[in-house]
Amino acid sequence: MIPYYYLASVALIVIGLYIVIAKKNLIKIIIGLDMMDTGVNLLLISIGYVKGGTAPIENGNYTLYVDPIPQALVLTAIVIGVSVMALALSIVIGLYKNTGSLELDEIRRERK
Amino acid sequence: MKRILGGVIAVLIFIVLALAFMHIPFGNIDLAEYHYYNPVDNEHTQDSVPQHYLDEGKKETGSTNIVTAVVVDYRGFDTLGEVTVLFLASTGVGSVMYIFEKEKRRKVRRANAVVETASKLLFGFIILFGAYIFVHGHLTPGGGFPGGAVIASSFLLLYLAYPRFHAEHKSLNVAESLAGLTFVGVGILGLFLAGYFLYNFLPFGLPTYLFSAGVIPVIYVAVGVKVGSELTGIVDAMMGVRE
Repeated sequence: MIPYYYLASVALIVIGLYIVIAKKNLIKIIIGLDMMDTGVNLLLISIGYVKGGTAPIENGNYTLYVDPIPQALVLTAIVIGVSVMALALSIVIGLYKNTGSLELDEIRRERK
Repeated sequence: MKRILGGVIAVLIFIVLALAFMHIPFGNIDLAEYHYYNPVDNEHTQDSVPQHYLDEGKKETGSTNIVTAVVVDYRGFDTLGEVTVLFLASTGVGSVMYIFEKEKRRKVRRANAVVETASKLLFGFIILFGAYIFVHGHLTPGGGFPGGAVIASSFLLLYLAYPRFHAEHKSLNVAESLAGLTFVGVGILGLFLAGYFLYNFLPFGLPTYLFSAGVIPVIYVAVGVKVGSELTGIVDAMMGVRE
């Protein structure tokens, strides 16, 4: 069976990378970084999957569970990603208020 | 030019990563299969780490939700660092946005009447739902971080509905500081009572009951309040409306 989850996470990482390389708009670059973040989280979660397993909550109804460690790790990673995103967006807002533009080219031209 | 180069690089990396990740087994792993070396007792244990958490986690921490047991109990110190990172990000957003706050404020338009009324009605229920999520963090999926995010979203609704609304900065700071102090205080109390930082010193109670799992609900309530007030502070700084 082809692991579609891995393919999807690689696709997310690569699309985010392409956006970061090719785009000039700062908001789009931040969206690309966020997509890479999501791809890595999806990859970690799907590595911990056990066939037929359920969420690791032991209320007596199930016996087979997925790996809880990647889930705890991804919980941390999501929160760190949110804080990095908030900081980056606030810096972009400040840049826009100073230069009046979100395009990297125009900001560079302004500086000269 | 840059687009073509970026596309070529992206396709190459996609092929390499896809071929590499194809070899990771998907879903066929047996968690009990892995063994690990225990450096404290200098022996090879038969139990793998995830299998140990799944088998003994309920007995050792009292928590039904094993992910919560890992996040708050086994690796509680890590969560303390995570909360610190969120606090630093919130402080950073506040300071960066404060610098650019000096200009005159723009004219704001009132929101739709439907939005205003609905947000007034829904605000309390959304906060209640967030509190439910973080109070039941050791029993159901969820916990302090999603609960705090839900609470911050209720404040975001108020910000969108009322352009002049802004949360009271002093009470946000008080809530955040008290929650952080509770987290560290519980940890230090464990250090004094049992000799380990963040030791689970309260009685576990019966599993699947609300008052169970020792200090885990206390810490998760503190984390929920802290995350909620910090994210509200970030929203407040970004909306940037000051009277």
